[in-house]
Amino acid sequence: MELTDATFVARARAGEGDAFRVLVERHSRALFRLAFRMTGNQQDAEDVVQESFLRAYKQLNKFDQRASFGTWLYRIAANCSLDLVRARKRRSEHVAAGVAENGESVDEIVTQLPAQDPTPERMALSGEVRERVIEAMKELSANERTAFVLRHFEGMKIEEVGRILDCQPGAAKHSVFRAVQKLRRSLEPLVTVRSE
Amino acid sequence: MNHLTEEELVLHYYGEVGESLRTERALEECEGCRDLYASIERVLYAVDAMPIPERSPDYGAEVWRRIAPAIPRRRNFFAGWLPAWEWRWAAAGLAMAALLVAAFYVGRNYSQPGSRRVTPTTTAAITDPQVRERVLLVAVGAYLERSHMVLSELANTDAKGKLDISAEQERAADLVSEGRLYRQTAELTGDSAVAGTLDEIGRVLLDVAHGPSEVSPAELERLQERLNSEGILFKIRVLGSKVRTEQINDAAPGANSGRRAL
Repeated sequence: MELTDATFVARARAGEGDAFRVLVERHSRALFRLAFRMTGNQQDAEDVVQESFLRAYKQLNKFDQRASFGTWLYRIAANCSLDLVRARKRRSEHVAAGVAENGESVDEIVTQLPAQDPTPERMALSGEVRERVIEAMKELSANERTAFVLRHFEGMKIEEVGRILDCQPGAAKHSVFRAVQKLRRSLEPLVTVRSE
Repeated sequence: MNHLTEEELVLHYYGEVGESLRTERALEECEGCRDLYASIERVLYAVDAMPIPERSPDYGAEVWRRIAPAIPRRRNFFAGWLPAWEWRWAAAGLAMAALLVAAFYVGRNYSQPGSRRVTPTTTAAITDPQVRERVLLVAVGAYLERSHMVLSELANTDAKGKLDISAEQERAADLVSEGRLYRQTAELTGDSAVAGTLDEIGRVLLDVAHGPSEVSPAELERLQERLNSEGILFKIRVLGSKVRTEQINDAAPGANSGRRAL
């Protein structure tokens, strides 16, 4: 029978060196996915994963063993990502809206899409659309992006999102809405069925 | 009829709307609302296609290899057989024992005027003042080193947003009571300069331990300015260096067994 996270947390707290290693090995991949969705950058996501585990280890004595270690770890990773995304935003490193990384405009990408390419399945095959999604995500504010990733991809409840963002549920809900609204404005031209 | 707003439709998508029946009915009856909802769904499907770089199954082991050197050994050496709260009492007991050793040492060195100190020729190592002094020096040295680590982490942190310093606070709180014992010992032995420095270190650690666990960049900056203006880190380094020198002198053959200030 596989031992639970709680068992390894207790052992790590007791100073058993290998116990924390097991937790790292268990949760790294999921944490990377979250961090990548939050940061949109592979290297940043790697940094977030490492930083999150280090923070978790430092705060292990504060972890309430009745809670889920995974959720607690996710909260730390979300906060690490949030810090990083906010820092990035301040440095204004995001790509200007409407222009893809390779310099092509959204209109050019749209014209490259097959005329009968409206289904999500077909769209998922389009590398350009994927790139555009990444760019559209980068255009969100740090709070909007965090709220959206936690609600949309991680399926967290709005109250939990609010706790992570340190805001009221109403404000978290509004951040999710603003994120979808911005994504819709940005991606709508690509996903709308063209009737011609 | 009233159209549903974009916000209502987004929240409906995530099941966050209280009046879901009203929303369902509006979607059935209104083509405009249906179109808008379909547009939201299409965009969110497209977002689901966002590629995530795959990580190999042994990615966790790779992460561990990278972070393992940065993970400090947990300090609660006895935690394997003592619960956390008992460990704290054990630590306090050890610190008290160190104080008693120091007090005993002080008492022996401050003998009554005119009285003759009798030095037994055969004594167990633990009753040797030199050994006791060495124990105390090692303890003070370790205390200074840990204080320096906590405060220099705070001094060198560049916070962009709210910073969680709860881990540093916990370490600072542990150091406060320990430092108080060493300061009292220094006062007893008449080392007022050392007592003064330990007092200054203790006050900063106390403020860190009792401050908010999340600090804003401005609050962190104020703390960093204080550390700079009071030269706390420098003073810790100087005192630490003196302690190390004493340790070396004590360890040297034929070291003076008389009382020395730190």
